[in-house]
Amino acid sequence: MSDVSQPAAHPPVTDWVNDFDHTDPQWTDDPFPIWEELRAASPVVHTERFLGCYLPTTYEAVREIANDTEHFSSRRVMVRDVRPEIARNAAPPITSDPPVHKPAKQLLLPPFTPDAMKKLEPRMRAICNELIDSFIADGEVDAAARYSKYIPVQAIAHMLGIPESDSDLFINWIHMILELGIKDESKLLQAVQEMSAYFAAHIEARRTKPTDDLISYLMNAKDKEGNPLEDSHVLGSLRLLLIAGIDTTWSAIGSSLWHLARTPADRERLIAEPGLIPTAVEELLRAYSPVTMAREVVKDATISGCPVKAGNMVLLSFPAANRDPKMFPDADKVVIDRRENRHAAFGLGIHRCVGSNLARMEMQVALEEWLKRIPDFRLDPAGIVTWSQGTVRGPRQLPFLLGKAM
Amino acid sequence: MTERLRVHVDPDKCQGHARCKALAPELFELDEYGNAHEAGDGIVPPGLEDKAWLAKSNCPEIAIDVIEE
Repeated sequence: MSDVSQPAAHPPVTDWVNDFDHTDPQWTDDPFPIWEELRAASPVVHTERFLGCYLPTTYEAVREIANDTEHFSSRRVMVRDVRPEIARNAAPPITSDPPVHKPAKQLLLPPFTPDAMKKLEPRMRAICNELIDSFIADGEVDAAARYSKYIPVQAIAHMLGIPESDSDLFINWIHMILELGIKDESKLLQAVQEMSAYFAAHIEARRTKPTDDLISYLMNAKDKEGNPLEDSHVLGSLRLLLIAGIDTTWSAIGSSLWHLARTPADRERLIAEPGLIPTAVEELLRAYSPVTMAREVVKDATISGCPVKAGNMVLLSFPAANRDPKMFPDADKVVIDRRENRHAAFGLGIHRCVGSNLARMEMQVALEEWLKRIPDFRLDPAGIVTWSQGTVRGPRQLPFLLGKAM
Repeated sequence: MTERLRVHVDPDKCQGHARCKALAPELFELDEYGNAHEAGDGIVPPGLEDKAWLAKSNCPEIAIDVIEE
């Protein structure tokens, strides 16, 4: 395996087709023209960076890979500079392949159905309004730091039964894993260890005093043979729920507000027709999909006519797939009443995001409550919008001026 | 003469995105895992044809058939 102590160099990209890098500042700032260039070159492109990695550029190529668990393994779900040993029960079921994937996924599905999410909705509306109360009188706000960030973090804390006040702790771990962890193994390991210790303490507390939350639910869950889950499985799934549940939806809500701040016509239409918000949420998910996944090629394969060699990683870009004009007419335009929308923001195939119903509910509620109370807002021309790097894309600084422009 | 429509979800393709249930709640049901199947025998009552086509055209897994009978 590679030397994990030496972070690889990431010289600026000059040849995107043969040397792409999803951590390059140009990709972070504005990936859309890059994807267009790569798609024009080939349905699958390759880079020597990250110890060898492919990028499918079309919706069809992404679908082929997502549906092919024989050649493409989920045992590594991030494209990084290093390929450390595979940890057992890393984060099931996202890191699981068939046949162990299905039972691990089925354990997590019942708490995340649309009906289960409806029960959570009143708490979400209250959370959104508490957040808005904290800044609405100021006339300006960083909507990423003060609003979109705390909605998913408080929702998943509520579901897991851990204190919502620990939010900043969770956010720091996720930053260490999903952003710093691409290039710095020690940061990722430190965050994983801290998370495991945190959850182990919560598990221990529930052994004597069971609670009505997802931690107790997983502790009481049984596998196919009727045996309790291994502790490492429970911990892995808890880490997954926390990691996957936070900056993903943070990003999606932030990107949606960023779009609406810059597009008064869409904002006015959604205020006049709030019934259109669920349709608009789907379109915003398509146009600004936050999550890029990964696979490891475990057997040579052919994707959209392109040979793909074992030993490489695949950057499985659902965001790029969702901008493919062959699949979506006017793919680079946000059409908030788009009727046909088979977008892949939550993935395709067996690894469909387990929290998709939660994310959709959070986005709808977050936009509804914001637009009710803050119908007029715009980007602060004196501020700077910054975007997260790598695996999950969304605004991390989103300076708004609130109220009508003078 | 308009034909009668019937919807069908392929259970091997459905991955529980639940778009059909959101767009056409009269025509689809979800199981305890959130995976979809057609309500009853899948016959689309008059007036709901548009919703049947909408559900089909928003399924990311191409798991829904609309059959003209």
